[in-house]
Amino acid sequence: MFEMKFAAETWGRNVSLSGRLDARSAPDFEKEAIAAVDAAGGGIHMILDFSNLEYISSAGLRSILVLAKRLAPSGGKVVLCGMSGVVEEVFGVSGFDSFLPVAKGREEALRIVGGV
Amino acid sequence: MESSVRERTFPAAVEFLGGFRAFILEEDGAEERLPPKRVAHLDVAIEEIVVNICSYAYETPPGELTIRVEESPEAFAVEFLDNGVAFDPLAVEEPDVTRPLEERDAGGLGILLVRRMMDEVHYSRKGALNSLRIVVKTPRER
Repeated sequence: MFEMKFAAETWGRNVSLSGRLDARSAPDFEKEAIAAVDAAGGGIHMILDFSNLEYISSAGLRSILVLAKRLAPSGGKVVLCGMSGVVEEVFGVSGFDSFLPVAKGREEALRIVGGV
Repeated sequence: MESSVRERTFPAAVEFLGGFRAFILEEDGAEERLPPKRVAHLDVAIEEIVVNICSYAYETPPGELTIRVEESPEAFAVEFLDNGVAFDPLAVEEPDVTRPLEERDAGGLGILLVRRMMDEVHYSRKGALNSLRIVVKTPRER
């Protein structure tokens, strides 16, 4: 079970993820996220809100890496927020929390993307 | 609790991931006997290993993947047996997780997660089979 919700904001897209971002759901997420970047012509930020994400595997990490690399040339950031439990652990072990900005909550995430 | 062993063979295909997971963690109520954090670790390890075997072990997929679960009061162990090409995932060099975004790729992350989240990981070649065995140590019952 996996759900994603993309909301357009002045600074880019807020993306709420819930359920399991695994080998089966990651390709769908990647496709939607890249489509959103391309539709905006690049130059946007994305906040990935993991508050309701229960699980992530390396397939999920891979899709986020693809997204971050797509956004980077135009200065777009992928900001992670709301991580806990095994999701936080997976980001820690993989070191993805060292090259992607991590925000404790929504307000900090918004500050990073310059949305407030 | 008594020690127990259960084994089942599945087609080695990622679409059966839910079935592998259910057999290992849910059958026989295994999930309830382990701390939630360790169940989450096993959840990740199972996916990474199954995806790895299903994607790379067979030149003409799908082959077969046998799962053997051994439970004792001291440990919860899962052995993954496939008859694909000989491959020791533990011999692959670990990715450097301190590199910046531009220099990162996703290679080797799955097995890295398995190594960090399991208490033990063992590879052996058993005749024509690859055996990967993961172990979570459980507190001894008093």
